[in-house]
Amino acid sequence: MKRSQLAPAAACLIFGACLSGCAPVAPWERGNLAKPQMALDVNPMLSTLRSHNYSSREAASGGSSAAGGGCGCY
Amino acid sequence: MNQRISVLLCAVLALILPIQAIFAVEAGGKAPDCGLTSMRDAQRYDLRQFHGKVLYVDFWASWCGPCAKSFPFLNSLHEKFSKEGLQILGVNLDENPADAKEFLGKYPADFTVAADADEQCARDFDVKAMPSSYLVDRKGVVRHIQLGFRPGEAKELQSLVERLLAEHAGAQ
Repeated sequence: MKRSQLAPAAACLIFGACLSGCAPVAPWERGNLAKPQMALDVNPMLSTLRSHNYSSREAASGGSSAAGGGCGCY
Repeated sequence: MNQRISVLLCAVLALILPIQAIFAVEAGGKAPDCGLTSMRDAQRYDLRQFHGKVLYVDFWASWCGPCAKSFPFLNSLHEKFSKEGLQILGVNLDENPADAKEFLGKYPADFTVAADADEQCARDFDVKAMPSSYLVDRKGVVRHIQLGFRPGEAKELQSLVERLLAEHAGAQ
């Protein structure tokens, strides 16, 4: 087999081997991800309330996940 | 050409081999047999040794909120049905055993709590969520898989446990 023929085959093999490295994190290995400092939103309650207030005052906005009517109250 | 095919086969194998969920546990199938270590006295448990009892295997970790909510329910189940042949096995999957001990200080467990240090049980059962519970009947067959824990489901789970306890009650 020529060297030029071997290269794509080797690349294919390495690519396949690398793909298997994309292993999912098992549910029981998510202890560190469950820590509060790992959350995307540091304070979800506060941001929900802010977005709720904002959408109730800003007539042109909306479509966020905040619930409730236009009075800013629950 | 043959070499090309063999290279392709190798690549496909490399992709498939890490998938461990081929033999996933399903309701109606046999419960896997795996070893655990007690968190109280380092005693070894084998799931096989509970054959003849109704087994409630609950996988939990200290960082999981619903797990904390399920503990009072599991304690009440243990209190009500342990004499009738129910064996509850809380399998801890914490990476740091100190976290589990702290959790047990806050939420005491009356039932058997064991550690799965090498994660073999979690892999064998193919745990998909935290907490995950597996109800195994007296014959070693998985009858129900509970993913997560919502307090509203406690009643349903309890009636299922009662039903399984009534099955083959003489075979114990």
